[in-house]
Amino acid sequence: MSGSSSWSRALVLISPYTFSAVGIAISIGVSVLGAAWGIHITGSSLIGAAIKAPRITSKNLISVIFCEAVAIYGVIVAIILQTKLESVPESKKYAPESLRAGFAIFASGIIVGFANLVCGLCVGIIGSSCALSDAQNSSLFVKILVIEIFGSALGLFGVIVGIIMSSQATWPAKTA
Amino acid sequence: MYGFEALTFNIHGGYLEAIVRGHRSGLLTAADYNNLCQCETLDDIKMHLSATEYGPYLQNEPSPLHTTTIVEKCTLKLVDEYKHMLCQATEPLSTFLEYITYGHMIDNVVLIVTGTLHERDVQELLEKCHPLGMFDSIATLAVAQNMHELYRLVLVDTPLAPYFSECITSEDLDDMNIEIMRNTLYKAYLEDFYKFCQKPGGATAEIMSDLLAFEADRRAVNITINSIGTELTRDDRRKLYSNFGLLYPYGHEELAACEDIDQCVCHYLFQAKEICRSPSASPSVIGSYAIPWEMLMSWHS
Repeated sequence: MSGSSSWSRALVLISPYTFSAVGIAISIGVSVLGAAWGIHITGSSLIGAAIKAPRITSKNLISVIFCEAVAIYGVIVAIILQTKLESVPESKKYAPESLRAGFAIFASGIIVGFANLVCGLCVGIIGSSCALSDAQNSSLFVKILVIEIFGSALGLFGVIVGIIMSSQATWPAKTA
Repeated sequence: MYGFEALTFNIHGGYLEAIVRGHRSGLLTAADYNNLCQCETLDDIKMHLSATEYGPYLQNEPSPLHTTTIVEKCTLKLVDEYKHMLCQATEPLSTFLEYITYGHMIDNVVLIVTGTLHERDVQELLEKCHPLGMFDSIATLAVAQNMHELYRLVLVDTPLAPYFSECITSEDLDDMNIEIMRNTLYKAYLEDFYKFCQKPGGATAEIMSDLLAFEADRRAVNITINSIGTELTRDDRRKLYSNFGLLYPYGHEELAACEDIDQCVCHYLFQAKEICRSPSASPSVIGSYAIPWEMLMSWHS
């Protein structure tokens, strides 16, 4: 390690458990933020459009379900990440293996959280337009749904990479 | 900055936007108009309209229909929808929607004052007023004798109060003064509305600038043509033109100097051509200048 006081030294002296916990928090917290934001964007347009065209309500709940799926991804990854946490003896807390595990869980959390944030927003905005155009012309619904499916794939990419990252999180063995 | 409004627009505007889009699909189409053209009697019209969105408003009317009843009920639909939107709107949209009603308020005030001048009954005048421009103390307008009283008794409590600063005189109300009052109020209202629309910026400022500029120019031309041959002096005429719009300021100088319709048309055409050539004119503005040209031609012939 470099000189006695520098940012790099400060960063590696933060406990890996802190990084892990923050990663898990971001994974679920920011995913739910994205899902909620998306649902409110879709929901407000859907309610207004359904006043003049009540037939659109049941079909357009699919947009809300896609947004909800984003929150579910966040929960799943958070549960997976928290099973990766293990305790290590005090002497090994700052060993490179521990740091690697801590950073892996942190990164996984950030990946999933922010991918789901933008995915939720994307699906929400498209869902709102889908409801509004379905109210005018019902043949447009399926076509715009295809766009939404592509949008929700973004969250899935985040989950896949997050899970691959989290498999890196191997803490050092307990016996020295 | 365009592009990120979709993230937060639906918080305040999502529901109302969806409602407006629903209303748009309720507008009468070309097929509806064709049907209406082929109607023989007013009852046929009522029958055709009952299949459209106007149906619920007309269905309870008894059979000998008058044209004024049909128009009144159809306007009522607009007013109901407008009031619903006004209730649901938050700032600044609610202020914007209220600004739109001030124009109708000015027209109603002038209607009642003119009607009282010609000794008409107040109730009859109240029925003729546009529903979007009604306010609480409107019936008291019939009592006022001059503008000072008009302001002090009624208008100081309405949203029109700030527009009165330029036209409070102690003269008695007669036809000429009332027209001048109407145009002064409208000028102040348009300028206020214009300033209000510049504040949010973005799409509101852009679109409303075009629409309000067109309205200001249209009124300038209207004032010029209506005041040719009357005792309105050039300076008075100049004072009634709004301080924005594509004809401001050079077009206004020329219009103020016009003495007959031919001159006015020539100046207007010259200005309109210059305006349409300038890089700042958008297609909607150019298109909208074509309409007053037709108006002018119909006055001329």
